[in-house]
Amino acid sequence: MSRSSLDLWVGIFVLVGIGALFFLALRVGNVSSVDLSNAYVVRGQFDNIGGLKVRAPVKSAGVVVGRVDSIDFDNNSFRAEVRMKVSSDYEFPRDTIASILTSGLLGEQYIGLDPGGDIEMLEDGEILQITQSAIVLEKLIGQFLFDRAQAPQE
Amino acid sequence: MSTVSAVRRLGAMVSAGVWRLGFAARFFAMLLVYSGQSLRRVHLTIREIYFSGVLSLLIIVVSGLFVGMVLGLQGYETLQRFGSGDALGVLVALSLTRELGPVVAGLLFASRAGSAVTAEIGLMKTTEQLKAMDMMAVNPIARVVAPRFWGGVISMPLLAAIFTAMGILGGWLIGVVVIGVDAGAFWSQMQAAVDFRYDIMNGVIKSVVFGVAVSLIAVFEGYDCHPTAEGISRAITRTVVTSALAILALDFILTSFMFRGTS
Repeated sequence: MSRSSLDLWVGIFVLVGIGALFFLALRVGNVSSVDLSNAYVVRGQFDNIGGLKVRAPVKSAGVVVGRVDSIDFDNNSFRAEVRMKVSSDYEFPRDTIASILTSGLLGEQYIGLDPGGDIEMLEDGEILQITQSAIVLEKLIGQFLFDRAQAPQE
Repeated sequence: MSTVSAVRRLGAMVSAGVWRLGFAARFFAMLLVYSGQSLRRVHLTIREIYFSGVLSLLIIVVSGLFVGMVLGLQGYETLQRFGSGDALGVLVALSLTRELGPVVAGLLFASRAGSAVTAEIGLMKTTEQLKAMDMMAVNPIARVVAPRFWGGVISMPLLAAIFTAMGILGGWLIGVVVIGVDAGAFWSQMQAAVDFRYDIMNGVIKSVVFGVAVSLIAVFEGYDCHPTAEGISRAITRTVVTSALAILALDFILTSFMFRGTS
């Protein structure tokens, strides 16, 4: 095989390979998802995180604004401490409420941020004051059954 | 007495293994040292990309398509029991980008291109071409080994990307065109679940590591083979077996580092 046709074939191969990568990036993966190279960290303490995982999305008004960075247990308050990385493109008031929600009935769990009305904005490393834990189905059912048992029989 | 000879045999095996490992490490170091010299003559590497990359395209494309189609069929079968047939795109894309793409492409690459490289270098050694080069002051590592190594390292990630893309198209073909899953749901759920940096780039990193491992094993086995017909055939077998084991072991190690604590 002559050198020029060999070069041509290798060129086509490299282009097809890079094209496949572009296809994966643009059509398969969400390349335009939230950019966390410039992000600030906020922390929140929860009584129960349910099935929340590291890298779970942090959403506000349904838009992904960040991701869960780490989950630890705080020895002093006996609560779960969740560190969230929020993209610097988004700012939230200091009295923002963080709740652990579930997408759909059996979907993954994520953190929802509901902005408050404070004039000052959250800064790097700050702790969210108001949090709402995940709903644990067993507890909910237990509570329901307990209430039914307590209710006066008609 | 038999116990003593068994212990002696064990000792000999260990010492041979350590010697071979040391030789492999020295060989790799020499390969890196002479790589600069060989990369300057870029057409040598381009020729090897042709032999290990372009000529592997057919098997990669066909296998990728069929793996994706099987994933589409089997995945839909299971998912529709839970009423979530729309999540087929997520299943196909995540399994291909994270695992099947790099691993299956690596195994195919080892058996198609790795074995050919071992056979070629082994035959050159058997017919004393490597010694002849040395005599003519041409370094055989810079002229023969390094271009084949770099050709493999460059080809492997591209082949893995093509395999993954073809697999996803195969899944789409079966899921959307044949079974009738909604095309919008197929792509949008896939895009929502697959993260570029996390899933796709980790798959690419895996394929680069596999490319280095398979290419190194292939050139080393060829260079180190016993210079007989039987020696070459054994070297080729060792290339395929060792590469496959290395890919599976490295995949486990890389996966446990990349996806720890998230699943």
